[in-house]
Amino acid sequence: MRSMLKAPIAALATTVAMAGGAFAAGHSLSGDLKIFSDMSNPAPRAVMEGMVERFGEMHPDLNIELTVIEREAYKTQIRNFLSANPPDVANWYAANRMKPYVEAGLFEDISDMWTGEIGENLASTKGAMTIDGKQWGVPYTYYQWGVYYRKDLYEQYGLSEPATWEEEKANCQTLLDNGVKCYTIGTKFLWTAGGWFDYLNMRTNGYDFHSALLGGEIPWTDDRVKQTFANWRELIDMGAYIDNHQTYSWQEALPFMANGEAAAYLMGNFAVAPLRQAGLDDSKLDFYQFPVINPAVELAEDAPTDTFHIPSGASNKEAAKAFLEFVVSAENQTLINNGSNLGQLPVNAKSGVDDDKFLKEGFAMLSGNSPGGVAQFFDRDAPAEMAAVGMEGLQEFMVLPDNLDDILQRLEAARQRIY
Amino acid sequence: MFPTPIEKTSRTWQITYQTFLPLALLLWLMPLLAVALFSIKPEADFVSGGYWSLPTYFAGLENYGRVFFQSDMPRYLLNSVLITIPTVIGCVILSSMTGFALGIYRFRSNIWIFFMFVAGNFVPFQILMVPVRDLTLDLGLYNTKTGLVLFHIAFQTGFCTLFMRNFIRALPFALIEAARVEGIAEWRIFWYVVLPLMKPAMAALAVLIFTFIWNDYFWAVVLTQGAESQPVTAGITSFNAQYRAAYHLMSAGSIVAALPPVAMFFLMQKHFIAGLTLGAVK
Amino acid sequence: MSNAAIPVTEYSTPQRGWYKRNEIAITPWLFLAPGVFFFLVYVIFPIFQSFNLSLYRWDGLGQAEFIGMANYQELVSDRAFEVSLWNNLKWLILYLLAIPAGLFIALFLNQTVTGIRLYKSLFFFPFVISQIVVGLVFTWFYDPTFGLLNVMLGWVGLGPINVLGDPSIVTYGIIAAGLWPQTAYCMILYLTGLNAVDPEQIEAARLDGARGWRMLWYVIVPQLKPATFIAFVVTIIGALRSFDLISIMTNGGPFGTSRVLSFYMFEKALSEYGFRMGYGAAIAVVLFLIMLIFIAYFLWSMFQEERGR
Repeated sequence: MRSMLKAPIAALATTVAMAGGAFAAGHSLSGDLKIFSDMSNPAPRAVMEGMVERFGEMHPDLNIELTVIEREAYKTQIRNFLSANPPDVANWYAANRMKPYVEAGLFEDISDMWTGEIGENLASTKGAMTIDGKQWGVPYTYYQWGVYYRKDLYEQYGLSEPATWEEEKANCQTLLDNGVKCYTIGTKFLWTAGGWFDYLNMRTNGYDFHSALLGGEIPWTDDRVKQTFANWRELIDMGAYIDNHQTYSWQEALPFMANGEAAAYLMGNFAVAPLRQAGLDDSKLDFYQFPVINPAVELAEDAPTDTFHIPSGASNKEAAKAFLEFVVSAENQTLINNGSNLGQLPVNAKSGVDDDKFLKEGFAMLSGNSPGGVAQFFDRDAPAEMAAVGMEGLQEFMVLPDNLDDILQRLEAARQRIY
Repeated sequence: MFPTPIEKTSRTWQITYQTFLPLALLLWLMPLLAVALFSIKPEADFVSGGYWSLPTYFAGLENYGRVFFQSDMPRYLLNSVLITIPTVIGCVILSSMTGFALGIYRFRSNIWIFFMFVAGNFVPFQILMVPVRDLTLDLGLYNTKTGLVLFHIAFQTGFCTLFMRNFIRALPFALIEAARVEGIAEWRIFWYVVLPLMKPAMAALAVLIFTFIWNDYFWAVVLTQGAESQPVTAGITSFNAQYRAAYHLMSAGSIVAALPPVAMFFLMQKHFIAGLTLGAVK
Repeated sequence: MSNAAIPVTEYSTPQRGWYKRNEIAITPWLFLAPGVFFFLVYVIFPIFQSFNLSLYRWDGLGQAEFIGMANYQELVSDRAFEVSLWNNLKWLILYLLAIPAGLFIALFLNQTVTGIRLYKSLFFFPFVISQIVVGLVFTWFYDPTFGLLNVMLGWVGLGPINVLGDPSIVTYGIIAAGLWPQTAYCMILYLTGLNAVDPEQIEAARLDGARGWRMLWYVIVPQLKPATFIAFVVTIIGALRSFDLISIMTNGGPFGTSRVLSFYMFEKALSEYGFRMGYGAAIAVVLFLIMLIFIAYFLWSMFQEERGR
């Protein structure tokens, strides 16, 4: 029923694309540039609009049309517009999250853009943008994960940033003895539990193992996986996490840290802004890298990368590529990632990192102290279906750790079906 | 009358009843009153943990002001209006026609067509979801209010036909026969004889459909995205994503979203209840 | 058909046009055409398309691949499906409590004291509010940190409980939220029904010594049968359509324990990690078949009534 309509639309799109290309050849950029973006939160939205404005000034003949779609809605809508109504540029995520679209031929191969200077400057994220040896988009920002903690509470109880698992647990015990939970977390929407698993598994078994596990190459019932859960269980049994975390979203879990009922939060750097808003200034809020569990494995980090792509049905690919080049340019990267804009890390090695405590620490950590590798995130490294089943199992484990064997068997069954 | 009218019972029972009534109502509406209370409390009350204390000061204007002037709420409300009103009009038109055809004329497939409408009206939405979404995409109406309106009209036609047909069946058939004897064309009978008599049914349907469509969430999520076309039920969820844990704003937003059908109900109560309870008595 | 050539405008002549002669046979079809067309396109055909789609594997992007009954085979061993099915059963049974509860409130309010009309309206109020708002309201009502429920439980020395976070009670918690507007609906049906109860029969029964429960059961309830039938129909449909509340209150969690088929179908077909259209369609087909049992019953009842006229 769909294919009948699709063919003429596709044909039309190609005609338009060829006409546009012919017209644009030899001129500066002109025609229309249609951008769909998921940068719908206030700060990212301003960044996106700013980029469009500056790019528009560089190419006055180009008519740029920006559509911003609510971030969560975008995740389901992208399927529709990529095939039915493709823009010239679209936001998305790196690694496995872009795989379905790459495999369905909906993203344009832009490997040619990655040769030369751009490729060198973006080397750190090249792996995340590569599938089948080709590059399918460009990153525009990424951010570190790690433990954000209440410095004042740690000082009050005479604790210091833990470097090892033993110190970590000792800290936690002290906090619990004083009626403070070690960690806040809200697992209603599941993915936060994925962050914990990423770190525990990378610290227990290393990046390569973690990557292979999420890539479906290792059974979930493997003893090494069980070891990860055993480590996790130590925290759960201590009562390290806030109660009822399964009913909260990640934002609803913030107040526990803000009002001192919990001392730390394993989160992405985007948690800094709301925590600061809740009254935690830099004298109360600090950051440490997730501690070492197994000294035999190298440290590795989660650093999700957000991206831009050119849909293969785009009609103005020339302008789209120019826009992508503009986005990753050192100058633009410095600007959009600074503290008053996205407040994240630039992807271009030639860019400057903003003079923000957390960004500097994050940048130093990712560039200097993450020898094992950089993972995207549980739900970006594993295929969507596995991620959904997996994160549900992780939440169940956090609430009912005794169900572990049952959970792992379910995940294993899912793995065998999905990959 | 059952139960025994209160005025025929003992004095003590009368007093018990009279005191119980407001208490029961209070208990019944408790969750709602809580939200109303939240919506006029200042943010500071929540920060200090005083969820259930009286507001330290009246922050209603402030909270509702932010909902109206600093969020997408007004757009969502407008979308809801632009989705609901055309649907109501479309449904009433289509179903007065189908109701007329099925209520007045006797032909062999009459009952089967009628049953098709009734049965279709009962199906779970999920069985329609994927095909309807594809159809809307193919028509180029995905993420438009039109796409949503077309589906709503089609689906609600099932219920409305049931309603109109039964209403018309109850009209005196002699009127129509008399008109036919006069040699009046059938469409004129519809326009000049039946339609005027159907006004109360149309009013009842209009209020009912207004409420159903205004409160629809599922199809809004399936067929639209974003502030340019989503109605307020879907809007309230993104509104809440934006203001998570800001209970005063979420409460105010929820109340704003719920208000139009409530107003409709209180203004058109008679029609509303007549519509809902059609068939509840023989 | 020599008449066919005669222009329709000459309707005043005794020899009338083809349309005129067949007017009564044709008119209903003309009136039905737009409504039936819309309904076929948007409701009837999609049902068959879903049946067809459930035999395919399709991610909504590429080509659909025919896989026969494989989706259904997977359903049999899918634990989440099993949980959803059980929860649907809980919904079906417990949602029916709205009927006696509605009757009870209707009896309570069926008086003529001053202001009773306003009371009736306010009791009916929850039904008019969107389920989204009802869901939010109850989410806060149940909230483990500040929810009114735990505050009230605290008064009697109980709690605290985390209704929406406890896999063993979460479904009941959502059903309770759903019962709130549904009871209001049943109440209004019964209030109307009670208005039409024959007073003479009541008086006659009173003379025979019937009162209280016996009166209710043997005299009143039988007369309320039409209201009960409608209450039953709308409650069953409401139970099987429960989607909004689950989506708002728990998103199916914790770990999928509050899913029902309608929600699970949406999750599999359209959510962030979903897009298994064929599998979703298979779930929808199962839901549809369950519904079909009730639809058949409703239609049969209506058919009996039609014949009785």
